[in-house]
Amino acid sequence: MLSIFSAAEVPGTDRMVLLFGQLMVVGAGPLIGLALIYFKKVGWLWKNWLTSVDHKKIGIMYLVVAGVMLLRGLADTVLLRFQQATSSGASHGIVSSDHFQQIFTAHGTMMIFFVAMGLVFGIINLIVPLQIGSRDVAFPLLNNLSFWMYAAGAILINLSLVFGGEFAATGWLAYPPLSELQFSPGVGVDYWIWSIQIAGIGTLLSGINFITTILTKRAPGMTMMKMPVFVWSVLAAMSLVAAAFPILTVTLVLLTLDRTIGTHFFTTTGGGNAMMYVNLIWAWGHPEVYILILPAFGIYSEIVATFSRKRLFGYVSMVYAITAIAGLSFVVWLHHFFTMGAGANVNSFFGIMTMVIAIPTGLKVFNWLFTMYRGRINFASPMIWFIGFVITFSIGGAAGVMLGVPPIDFQLHNTLFLVAHFHTMIVGGALFGYFAGIAYWFPKVFGFKLDEKLGKLAAYLWIAGFICAFTPLYILGLMGATRRLDHYDASLGWQGLFIVAGVGLLVIFAGVGVQLLMFYKSIRNRKKNIDKTGDPWNGRTLEWATSSPAPAYNFAVIPTVSDRDEFYRVKQLKLSLPKRKFTAIEMPNNSPFGIFMAGWALMFAFSVIWHFPPTIILALLGVVATFLVRSFNDTTTYLISAAEVEAIENKRVGALL
Amino acid sequence: MTKFSLAHKEIDKETATSLLGFWVYMMTDCILFASLFAVFIVLKNNTAGGRNGAELFSLPFVLMQTLILLTSSFTSGLAMLAAQRSKIKDTFIWLGATGVLGASFLALEINEFYKLDHSGSSWRTSGFLSSYFTLVGTHGLHITVGLLWLGGILVYMYKKGLNETSVKRLTMFSIFWHFLDVVWIFIFSVVYLLGIN
Amino acid sequence: MENSMYRSKAFKAYSTGFVLSLISTLIAWSVVNAHVTNGHHRYSHLFINVLVLSLAILQLVVQLIFFLHLGREKKPRWNLQALLAAVGIIIILVIGSIWIMNNLNYSMMNMVPSQEDRPF
Repeated sequence: MLSIFSAAEVPGTDRMVLLFGQLMVVGAGPLIGLALIYFKKVGWLWKNWLTSVDHKKIGIMYLVVAGVMLLRGLADTVLLRFQQATSSGASHGIVSSDHFQQIFTAHGTMMIFFVAMGLVFGIINLIVPLQIGSRDVAFPLLNNLSFWMYAAGAILINLSLVFGGEFAATGWLAYPPLSELQFSPGVGVDYWIWSIQIAGIGTLLSGINFITTILTKRAPGMTMMKMPVFVWSVLAAMSLVAAAFPILTVTLVLLTLDRTIGTHFFTTTGGGNAMMYVNLIWAWGHPEVYILILPAFGIYSEIVATFSRKRLFGYVSMVYAITAIAGLSFVVWLHHFFTMGAGANVNSFFGIMTMVIAIPTGLKVFNWLFTMYRGRINFASPMIWFIGFVITFSIGGAAGVMLGVPPIDFQLHNTLFLVAHFHTMIVGGALFGYFAGIAYWFPKVFGFKLDEKLGKLAAYLWIAGFICAFTPLYILGLMGATRRLDHYDASLGWQGLFIVAGVGLLVIFAGVGVQLLMFYKSIRNRKKNIDKTGDPWNGRTLEWATSSPAPAYNFAVIPTVSDRDEFYRVKQLKLSLPKRKFTAIEMPNNSPFGIFMAGWALMFAFSVIWHFPPTIILALLGVVATFLVRSFNDTTTYLISAAEVEAIENKRVGALL
Repeated sequence: MTKFSLAHKEIDKETATSLLGFWVYMMTDCILFASLFAVFIVLKNNTAGGRNGAELFSLPFVLMQTLILLTSSFTSGLAMLAAQRSKIKDTFIWLGATGVLGASFLALEINEFYKLDHSGSSWRTSGFLSSYFTLVGTHGLHITVGLLWLGGILVYMYKKGLNETSVKRLTMFSIFWHFLDVVWIFIFSVVYLLGIN
Repeated sequence: MENSMYRSKAFKAYSTGFVLSLISTLIAWSVVNAHVTNGHHRYSHLFINVLVLSLAILQLVVQLIFFLHLGREKKPRWNLQALLAAVGIIIILVIGSIWIMNNLNYSMMNMVPSQEDRPF
């Protein structure tokens, strides 16, 4: 049952790669655990971080896990690029075909569910409550649970390396019939299903949490049309989460039922319909990519306004554009399977809607550029990321409009042109936005600025590396190169372009190295770069009105808002600090509820994957028991006295004077 | 201070936030069921040589199930009324009625599933039956969870009385229970009434 | 407000909702029952489909209003907005899926008799 090596014969280099991965996973956990015990930090970690329901701590934990998963995903990327650069003609690269399939499946799954989603939820956790002038999200305990469900999914997908030694070899969306038991009899697909099912439930709960937070916890006076644009983008993205993730949950359950109890939803016999899977998974999948990009758009809106020292151009049209994009994202999903055999009327409808959705997107880009026009621009590292975004995203977006035309898509579907397009969207669009957001908001979260020189260098390397890595792929796609190839004929003459792409990846890698160096150097020099005022960039929105980092309760006195860019408005008025009267603040207690629930979920999933009923039942009982314990717990809050609040606030003001 | 009114009563902000959050969750649950409905509709003619709806479903039985669940939705509403008027005894009575009716519904359904499976029409037989069992079964699972939840609420109320937390949880439960009847309306109509056609 | 909750406006609302739901259920059921016991020849398929679905939607609205108190909240009506958004998405998802899947079936060669596509 617990096989370290996969059952089938594993060629030499495959075995080495697998072993390396296993060592990484098996080594990391115990190593970190031992270090914690040695430095006597286990209790501290448990009390101050793992059981915390504070959105600021949870946000940081999301970003840490996302960062680790980014490094894991990049390891896969190196293998993929190296294979494609070398596996031409007589050479067959370094990994076998089957292993290659697993690598690109793991790459896509990890990058989307555990890197991109982790970055999204990390940043929105850190910033949204501060930007709306609230103490925390609507449901802090649920917030903690969502994080642990995400972490459990990440743990599970890594466990696939150790227990079973195989992952799904189906592509990141695992289409049936290939993902059915008949053609994927091992545990790989099951690991895929459960890691994203668990993480997906966490995401859904977070979506509900943030929708409620934004609707009900805004500071007095902050009407919807006075919210920062970032908050609007989060509201739209979370609405998409609430609408789309149930579809993913159902589709994964149906595939699970096919694989475990013999149902016929997507099987080739017995009345199954595999195309219904494709239909449903993309009905989720298209809103998903807008979930990934909308918060990044919101971040760009904040950054461009702040670093152009100018109000965002066209606030109202930005809000309408965000809403339109969110709504339209629900009527385009068929463009992912134009070639699946629908008739011309269906294809035309979805093709037209796909082209329509480019319009509000373009409007947003113009609004950012108009914001910059006649501004006094500070090209700090967040702005460098933004410029990189504008260049790459415009090209990739145009490629997307091309792909939205069905006759063109019939030529380009599932070619490297498509791969280049969506990587441009996710890397050039979303990832650059989250990097920009991290650079921008880092001082607010940690109290000191990141090294700007290294930050800019990292941005330049990423942008140049990205262009170098993906331009060849656009060209290869137009030349007819299919995606997911682990080998190709030498006579095609493609190798040169693949090598260029590989070089581009190396440049990106240098960028990642610089980022890691930047974190290291910034932490070492943190005392020199302390953010004393809480407002290092001359910001416009409420998060800059707190100290850096913000105290546990965020705002000692909840502000009253009267306009957009309220903080900037107040700064312009040069009001003096009034003598404030502080009251006691009620704060939620820490809780191990989330860890336990996610632990039971992990046990449940692992038991289903390996067909072990006793621990399935134990996990279900555990869930019920944990719920009951929490339900009957009536002391879930503690009080920060008025005196304590005053002391904290005086310390901050004292540092300012 | 925003106040939110639900059925003539003013509610404090914290409860209002919880209720909105629960409502949003309920919406996601509706979309979950919609996905299952979509699958059912697409697969309902894929009988793979097995039996179809007309041959399997009994109209009188389905009517009985429907009336039981509808009544339980009504009684859960009455329980809410009693709770809002702080009449704890009436609350217990109407919640008890809800539980008994819900359990009866569930027992009937489980029995029906058992009979179908043992007469050669199981979820393994065809795409149609897979989607039937899963759609109706998911509804049944929600009913089961609801009954367990109801049990928890009854115990909590027994120990702590009708405090703010009890009323808040009761309100969320009744929203949940009403929506389960709403979903059943569509199962009754689409799966059974139109399926028997 | 009277002492007995059984004479309150709220109780009348719940009762009205209950009775209306009952009527809607019984009408739909009776029509289908009559149709089936007449060998499926009593009414046209279209009539049955439209009637049953309309009654279902009617009962949905009745329960939303009388059991779930929709329309009685003060502004901003987040519950109502969330519901309308969900209904919109459900319509797009269900009708969209039916349209797409039917269209795909049409383009496929009918190899398996049990997968014959029949008009909905």
